[in-house]
Amino acid sequence: MLRVSLREISAALKEGRVSPTELCQRCLSFIKATKFLNAYITVAEETALKQAEESEERYRRGQILGDLDGIPVAVKDNFSTAGIETTCASNMLKGYIPPYNATVVKKLLDQGAVLLGKTNLDEFAMGSGSTDGIFGPVRNPWSYSKQYREKSVQNSHTENEDSNWLVTGGSSGGSAAAVSSFTCFAALGSDTGGSTRNPAAHCGVVGLKPTYGLISRHGLIPLVNSMDVAGILTRCVDDAAIVLGVLAGHDPKDSTTVQDPFKPFELTSFIDASKLCIGIPKEYHAPGLSSETVALWSKAADLFENAGAKVIEVSLPHTRYSIICYHVLCTAEVASNMARFDGLEYGHRSSMDKSTEVMYAATRREGFNDVVRGRILSGNYFLLKHGIDVLLTPTTLSDTIPYVEFIKEDNRTRSAQDDIFTQAANMAGLPAITVPTALSEKGLPIGLQFIGRAFQEQQLLTVAKWFEKQVEFPMIQLHGLMDHGHTVCQHQKSAFFS
Amino acid sequence: MTGLALNCSINKKSLFDRKHYFYADLPAGYQITQQRLPVAVNGSLSYSLCVGGKKNQMVTRTVRIKQIQLEQDSGKSLHDDTRSQTLIDLNRAGIGLMEVVMEPDMSSGEEAAAAVRELQLVLQTLGSSQAIMAEGQLRVDANVSVHHLGEALGVRTEVKNINSARFLARAIDYEIQRQIKELENGGTVINETRAFDYKLGCTIPMRDKEGKQDYRFMPEPNLPPLILYDTKSLPANMNHQQVVNIDWIRERLPDLPSVRRVKLVEQYGILPEHSFTLLNEDGLMEFFENVVRQTQMNPKKVIGWILNDMLGYLKQHNLTVQESPVSSLFLADLLNLLERGTISSSAAKQVLEELWKAEGKTPLQIVKEKKLELIQDQQELDQICQAVVEGHQEEVMEIKKGNLKVLNKLIGLVQRTTRGRADPVLVKQILEKRLSQ
Repeated sequence: MLRVSLREISAALKEGRVSPTELCQRCLSFIKATKFLNAYITVAEETALKQAEESEERYRRGQILGDLDGIPVAVKDNFSTAGIETTCASNMLKGYIPPYNATVVKKLLDQGAVLLGKTNLDEFAMGSGSTDGIFGPVRNPWSYSKQYREKSVQNSHTENEDSNWLVTGGSSGGSAAAVSSFTCFAALGSDTGGSTRNPAAHCGVVGLKPTYGLISRHGLIPLVNSMDVAGILTRCVDDAAIVLGVLAGHDPKDSTTVQDPFKPFELTSFIDASKLCIGIPKEYHAPGLSSETVALWSKAADLFENAGAKVIEVSLPHTRYSIICYHVLCTAEVASNMARFDGLEYGHRSSMDKSTEVMYAATRREGFNDVVRGRILSGNYFLLKHGIDVLLTPTTLSDTIPYVEFIKEDNRTRSAQDDIFTQAANMAGLPAITVPTALSEKGLPIGLQFIGRAFQEQQLLTVAKWFEKQVEFPMIQLHGLMDHGHTVCQHQKSAFFS
Repeated sequence: MTGLALNCSINKKSLFDRKHYFYADLPAGYQITQQRLPVAVNGSLSYSLCVGGKKNQMVTRTVRIKQIQLEQDSGKSLHDDTRSQTLIDLNRAGIGLMEVVMEPDMSSGEEAAAAVRELQLVLQTLGSSQAIMAEGQLRVDANVSVHHLGEALGVRTEVKNINSARFLARAIDYEIQRQIKELENGGTVINETRAFDYKLGCTIPMRDKEGKQDYRFMPEPNLPPLILYDTKSLPANMNHQQVVNIDWIRERLPDLPSVRRVKLVEQYGILPEHSFTLLNEDGLMEFFENVVRQTQMNPKKVIGWILNDMLGYLKQHNLTVQESPVSSLFLADLLNLLERGTISSSAAKQVLEELWKAEGKTPLQIVKEKKLELIQDQQELDQICQAVVEGHQEEVMEIKKGNLKVLNKLIGLVQRTTRGRADPVLVKQILEKRLSQ
C-alpha cells in the first residue's frame, strides 16, 4: 500500500479504497518502525492526524482540494512550519517554533496534504552526507535492503551489521530516506549545490531541482540566496510533476520569483525521440568517477541514440572553475545569512553576557557546528549551453558508501568532491533532475542526471519520465528492516510487505 | 517624488546592497541599503534665512543633495546604565526609509536649521513624510568639521540624537566651537560619532560605534535591481499599477514651498517674511486666503490680523490652525465691520477676545451686545470731548504750549470713556478744533 506512487494512492483515496486517516496512521506507524534510520527530527503526529481527519471529511463531502488531498508528505527541517519546531539540525535553532509557514508548505497544506513531520539534514544544509546535524546522521534505507545485504554477505568480512550502514548523501538525506523507505509519498528538500539530487541518487529516488525563480523561497531558511531552491523528492517522475504543479508560481513575498504565470502540466508517456538532442559534456568525466557510473552513463546515451535521438558530445569549458566559484559565492552568502543568528531574537543564546560582543561570539560558537563555522568571503558567474535540449550527466561519483568511510574525510572535502556534477546547475539556475537508473555491483542505487533549459521543466520531466520507463529501476526490498530486531506489529508487517 | 522635487537625476536602475555589522538593534546582522547605485543623485535644495544685524534681510542659499537612497531602519537601543543592560525595541527594524544625503555646503547651525526646515516643508507638501523631528518622522544627523579658508575640509564628526531644528542649530554651533578650541589647543579632531545632550547643550562621544568598520558590502541577493520607467521606456504591455513612471509623477508634483511663497507675495502684496510664516504654520495659508476671499479689507492689512492676533492667540494656547475657535468666516465678518467703519480697531480687538470664547455668537451680535459700535452722533462725541477737555486743563495747557504728543493722551481718555467706541481720527479733529478755539 505504501509502496505505490502518489498518483496511485491519490486514485485509491478518491475511489475510497483507503481513507486519509488510515493512510496517515500507517505512515506514522512505519515512521516509528523505521526510527533507526533517523530520517525525521520531528514527527507531527497530532497535527497530521487532524489534517487527515479534515481530509477525510472533504472526501466524504466530495469536496477535495486537489490531487494532494490526504497525501502524507514530509518537509526538510530548514523550511519554516507554523507551530512545528524548525531546527535546521542546529543548536542555534533548537526549540525554535516559527510563527508562519513557508510558502511551499502553505501550498502543500492548502491542497490538503498531510504533513507528517520535519526531516533530518546536515546542519543548516551544509554538507553532502546528512551526517553533520546535531540530531545525528541519517541512515540510507538501502543499508537494510535485500539487494545490498545479499551482495555484502558475499563480499565483506562480517562485522556487526549495525555499524556498517550507509550514508544517504546530503544535505536533504532525511527527505530522501523518508521517501525511499515508504514513510511518505513526497518530500521537500532544498538544493543549493546538489542537496536534493545527491541524496536522491544515493537513495534510489527521483530528485528534482527546479529552475531558480520558479518556486518561492519564502520560509526556506536561506543558505545561498542566489542559488537555493526548494527541491522535490518522489518515487517517480510523474509524482514530481504533480508536486511541481502545486508549488510553482510567483510569490509576492519572494522578489526573486518570476512574474510569468505557471501552467501545471501532465506528462505524456511517449516522446518522439527523433526530435530530441542530448548533450554529453566531456568535462564531466571527472577523476573519481566510478567505472560503473561511466558504464551506466554510456548505456543511457546509447538508449537515447537507439531510440532515434541525436546524442552529441559537448564541451562546457568553465566546468572546473565552476566549483571553485561556487564555493566562494556560497561561503560569502552564507556568512551574510548566518549573521542574523545572534541569539537575541530567537534560538540559542549563550549565558555569557558580560558584553554584547562576548555574547555574540559565545552564542555563535555554541550554536554552530564546526562545518558551519568553517565557511566565509564574495563574486558572480554563469554557465550556459546552446542548441541542446537536455544534458545527460552522472549525478554522483559512485554509489553510496558506509558512514565509517564517509567520515574519514572532512565535510568540506566531501562537499567539494560530491558537488561536482550538481553545483553547475545551481550556478546557472537551471532545472535538473536525477533519475534512479540501475543498481551497482554492491546492489546500491546509481542515478543519472538530466539538466534542462531554464523554465523548461515540462520538457525536462518528459525526457526523464521516458528514461525512467526504459530503465525500470527495481523497487527497494526492505525485508532487512524486519530482521533488525525492532518492534513491529505482526499484522502491520503483513500489510506492508504483502 | 522627493528626488524630482530636489532637482535630482533619477537612476532608472538602482541596486540594493547589504551592509554588515553586528549591533543589537540590527537583528539580521546587516542593513539593506543602496550603496553602489542609489535611486536619485545630484540634486539641490534652496532655502532662505534672515541675515544682518536686525535679521531683517532675507537671503537665499543652496545646498547640494548628494543622493537619496532607500534603506532599512534599525531598531532602537535604550541603554540602562543602572542595570548594565541594553533594551532593544525592534518595532521599527526593517521598515523602509529614505535617506537624503547633503553635501557639506553649509557653514553654521542656522543655515543647517533653515535647510532642514525647508526640507520639512518640501516633504510635507509632497506628502512623502510629515517630517516632524520630535516624533522621529525625520531624523537628522549632522556631520561637522572645521578648516582654515583655502585648506581642505577637516576631519568630521557625526552628531546624532537631535530632536528639533532648533537643537540642530545649537548642536552644530557647539560642535564647531568645540572643534576649534580643540585644534587651537594643539589637539586633533577624532573621526567619531557624538551624541547631542540637549539638557547640557553639548556633544559627547558615543561609546559604541567607534573606529572604522569594514562593512563587507555585498549585493542583496533577494532584491533584484529596482527599475523605474519614463514614458519613453515604458513597455507597452506593462500593467500601469505595477510600475513607477517618472514622467507621470513629475506631471503631478504639487507646487513646492518656494513657488507657493512667490505666488503669495505676488498675489497679495505681502512681504516675503510673511509668506514664510504663512507656509510654516500648517493650515495658516489656507486660513489667510479664506479670510481674504470673504472680506473687503486689503490683504496687506489682513495679514497683520492673521500673523499677530490669530497666530499669537493660537501659539499662546498651543492650538493648531485647524483647532482655532475662530473660523475664517467670523474673522472676515469682523474685518468687514472694521473696514466699513462700524467699529474701531480697538473695538475689533475686544470683539475678537469674545470670539475666542467660541460661544457661537457672530461678530455683529457681539458688537450689538456690548454696544461697541462707533459713536455716529457727532454731538454726543462733541460733548464727551468737551468734558475731557474741561477735566484736564493741565494737559490742555501743555498742548497749547506746543507739546502735541499730549493730545494722544486726551484721545486715549476719550476712548476710555467711550469704551473704544470713538473713531480716533474724528476725536482728534474735534479736540484740535476745540483747543484751537
